[in-house]
Amino acid sequence: MQHFWSVPRITRRAWKVWHRNIVVFFRTWKVNFFPPLIEAFLYLFAIGLGIGSYVREIEGIPYVNFIAPAILAISVMNSAFFECTYGSYVRMYYQKSFDAMIATPLSIEDVIAGELLWGATRSLLYVIIMLPVLAAFGVISLPLSLLAIPLAFLGGLMFAGIAMCFTAVTPSIDTLNYPSFLLITPMALFSGTFFPVTLMPVLFQYIALALLPLTHLVAIMRMLTLPALTGMLVLHLIWILIVTAIFCIIAINLMRKRLIV
Amino acid sequence: MGATIPDIIEAIHLEKTFGSIKAVDGISFAVKKGEVFGFLGPNGAGKTSTMKIIACVSPRTSGTLRVFGMDPDISPAEIKQRLGVVPQETNLDPDFTCYGNLFTYSRYFDIPPDAAQKKAEELLEFVQLSEKRDVTVEKLSGGMKRRLILARALVNNPDLLILDEPTIGLDPQARHLIWERLKLLQAQGNTIVLTTHYLDEAERLCDRLVIMDNGKILVEGSPADLVKKYVGNEIVEVEKTPDVLSCLEKNRIPFEITGDTVQIATESSRDVARVLFDHCSPHKVLTRPATLEDVFLKLAGRKLRE
Repeated sequence: MQHFWSVPRITRRAWKVWHRNIVVFFRTWKVNFFPPLIEAFLYLFAIGLGIGSYVREIEGIPYVNFIAPAILAISVMNSAFFECTYGSYVRMYYQKSFDAMIATPLSIEDVIAGELLWGATRSLLYVIIMLPVLAAFGVISLPLSLLAIPLAFLGGLMFAGIAMCFTAVTPSIDTLNYPSFLLITPMALFSGTFFPVTLMPVLFQYIALALLPLTHLVAIMRMLTLPALTGMLVLHLIWILIVTAIFCIIAINLMRKRLIV
Repeated sequence: MGATIPDIIEAIHLEKTFGSIKAVDGISFAVKKGEVFGFLGPNGAGKTSTMKIIACVSPRTSGTLRVFGMDPDISPAEIKQRLGVVPQETNLDPDFTCYGNLFTYSRYFDIPPDAAQKKAEELLEFVQLSEKRDVTVEKLSGGMKRRLILARALVNNPDLLILDEPTIGLDPQARHLIWERLKLLQAQGNTIVLTTHYLDEAERLCDRLVIMDNGKILVEGSPADLVKKYVGNEIVEVEKTPDVLSCLEKNRIPFEITGDTVQIATESSRDVARVLFDHCSPHKVLTRPATLEDVFLKLAGRKLRE
């Protein structure tokens, strides 16, 4: 057990792995930039304006404004999670990129750290793409909502760490479907995204707060975009910081265990 | 000062275990500067495990190992900075072109972009892939991929080149091109460690080699010395018939049966052939020089390896 918790030695070489990924991302930018744009429009129209025309307001807030931060938070979660599950798995298993990289001065810790940083960066980029759309619809407040950008990186790092833990233990690419359907999809629905957590039975509220990382990300996001800052922000932030640190450390150690034999 | 050149690799009682399996079982060897050193052996002999330990990607279980005088457990990044590795598996980056692969890889070694660019072009020329410069690696043939991997292993001007089955699965033309390039690197004074189970490859390239089996080193020496010591100069092959067998036994000529032929290792094929023709009425007789393959089969046995 001891080695799962030991803090890995990471060097600044990790950024070289990040650099490689971002170069590939921007080379195929047309493919990569459209999903977040489309996603923002789809959510806004289908749920925001569609369902919103019936719901109108939640807790005194126009429904579309209520879900706007959730759209951002879900995108943060999805982009980092899928990048560091399927994306990282393909690079690790099918492309053998990690093997090629650790034959250079890069260590496996550097490589995985670079992948995590890249997952977080992808979340950040998606939020940067979505923000103007949401701003154009007038459903987020400016300039406070710009803080969603650094928050996206932190939230992205958290989901990247969680994702990489699954990638480190998954026997095949198919079994990565389990966390996607059993964790990510329910989280996107029950984390105070499209309706307040307080509508759920008390027990579920506790579960959502204690165990669902997205709950905390949505909560902070909403404080920024409405805006409605409260002292709770600090608690949510601390929760995210701790969980991010734990999962990133475990992810790197699990990956080391998987790849260094 | 003394004229002793420090060894590039020095291994003493190197061991690697996976669970209860000893992949590398207490081997000792030293590789000198400028030498081409080969590891031969059947599948599962422990060659690749040994390469991975030297390349600092797999930690040894026990024993002493120094590469450039440094311990892979303590200074992996410093050692790897000076290594060029051609792995057995093709692991080029499919998201990049030939040039992109070399350039991206240079970055991992902290090579400045200008120098990396120049070197990449040079190396594409060296492995005759300049025409494929902007082609993605998926569109390359197997031989081209291996050549590109060789080029990739050279981006950092390595002091030691580690090649794990460099010509595996290639057609004769592609193999010869790789050999030619390796010969050139050798002539430039590069130190090369390679594994292979192509014995002609080992014979052609290696100054010195070891034959491994079951994680142990069976013999060590130059290809020519090993052939001379363990087999002799020549081999006479004759079709296996009861007459031939009894005749050889009668004339006290030691032989070995392989399938439907009888092999006789000898210093003088002429004498053996004479005895055969005069006394044994053989069907088919063939004489040929002894090769490393004969040494290998003699030492590692003929049993098929999984």
